[in-house]
Amino acid sequence: MRRNCSISNLTKIFFLILIFCLGTRCASDKSKQKHKDANMADYLSEDDIFDDIDKAKKIFYALPSPLETAMLIKSAGATYDEQLLNSTQNTGNYTTNKSLALNLGIYTTDLSFASLFDQAQASVKYMEAARKMAEDLDITDAIDDQTVKRLEENLNNRDVIMDIISETFLNSSSYLKENDRPAVATIVLVGGWIEGLYIATQLVDDKPIENNKLVDRIAEQKLSFKIVQRMLEENRKNQTGEENKDITELMSDLTGLKNAFDKIKVETSEIKVEPNTDTNVATLRSQTKITITKPVFDELREAVKTLRTNFVQ
Amino acid sequence: MKKILLVLFLTTLFISVNNSISAQCKGYAKKLCKLELIPYIHDGNYHAAILTEGEEAELYKTFYSGQDYRIAVCGADPLNIVEFQVIDAYKNVLYDNREHNNARIWDFKLESSQQLKIAVKVPDGTGESEYPASACVAIMFGFKEN
Repeated sequence: MRRNCSISNLTKIFFLILIFCLGTRCASDKSKQKHKDANMADYLSEDDIFDDIDKAKKIFYALPSPLETAMLIKSAGATYDEQLLNSTQNTGNYTTNKSLALNLGIYTTDLSFASLFDQAQASVKYMEAARKMAEDLDITDAIDDQTVKRLEENLNNRDVIMDIISETFLNSSSYLKENDRPAVATIVLVGGWIEGLYIATQLVDDKPIENNKLVDRIAEQKLSFKIVQRMLEENRKNQTGEENKDITELMSDLTGLKNAFDKIKVETSEIKVEPNTDTNVATLRSQTKITITKPVFDELREAVKTLRTNFVQ
Repeated sequence: MKKILLVLFLTTLFISVNNSISAQCKGYAKKLCKLELIPYIHDGNYHAAILTEGEEAELYKTFYSGQDYRIAVCGADPLNIVEFQVIDAYKNVLYDNREHNNARIWDFKLESSQQLKIAVKVPDGTGESEYPASACVAIMFGFKEN
């Protein structure tokens, strides 16, 4: 009889916990849903791609990773200039979550950039800097001794180096997302993306901006900026509805950049898919019309510089 | 006191199970889905979640001209089939894997940079099981210069 009673109590407690957990989850989902609806009006008229967004259960926004960012700059004709990268001597300056996360992204972009230009010693230096940022953010095992050793052993093999960078970034981003720190993961991505924008804008010389591949690539970042805004908005509040100060501050930091991007026009035509049965690589045929003037480009370059100076100091 | 300990134990158990599922998702994306990207270079981003039969997810990304891309969308066991479509800003479906034997990958390049949406759906189950199946679904991107 006494045993039956304790089993019954145990069952009650179990169900109570279960109901509590399910209840919390539902409430959190509802709050997220409400939050999402509130933001819809701000974007609907601007971004057709984001229509019907809340039909899906899970929404992901993808920014170019530091590795992709570096690749995009290089393929647009950038040259290597180590003076533009964030000095690794600055690592000791970063102590807050926001500055560590931003500079994890920044150093990972610098690492990717150095690696793509076969800068062996700089690659090791920037891997160490990224490692320090990750460790100070308590991201365990993203970059360990083994990673650095593997990098040092393959300094002449760019494919392996890129694989190592991709893996370390995957380790840190998955660790942050799986440990309920998606806001930090977002700040890391924004830091890396801004660093790419900084390097690219600084590499544009004083020649006319027309028919400049690098300028076009920079202007096209307006498309990714829309994603930055949405990622930040989505992470502005945590699951309990509490404001994330780092994200709010970052959104405010980006105002100058937003003003500059608002003056750039990027229009795209409909896409026609052209399959290729030989290579199995389809070509998406379309036209993009970019409208940017020299004063607007200068404003954008200045906004990026101010932002990046603020991030690395 | 015993009740408090019991509550603590059960809560810890619940959190551990949750973390373990997350860790499995991370492991699945890193060790299995990433292999689908070879010979492309994985961009390093992580997009994965536990989805249940009948559920949908969406991903928004800008793809740039001058690069070849590979999209890989994979579901862990028992979600062997995951449907996905690639949709442009005009809501045109550019690719639907149901027309390609539920292929897990799609390779493409762009004449000009575009913002695209990847719409993912786990089809409804066959009804043989009492409960709908859930598992990790990962969306990964690889690229190379063209």
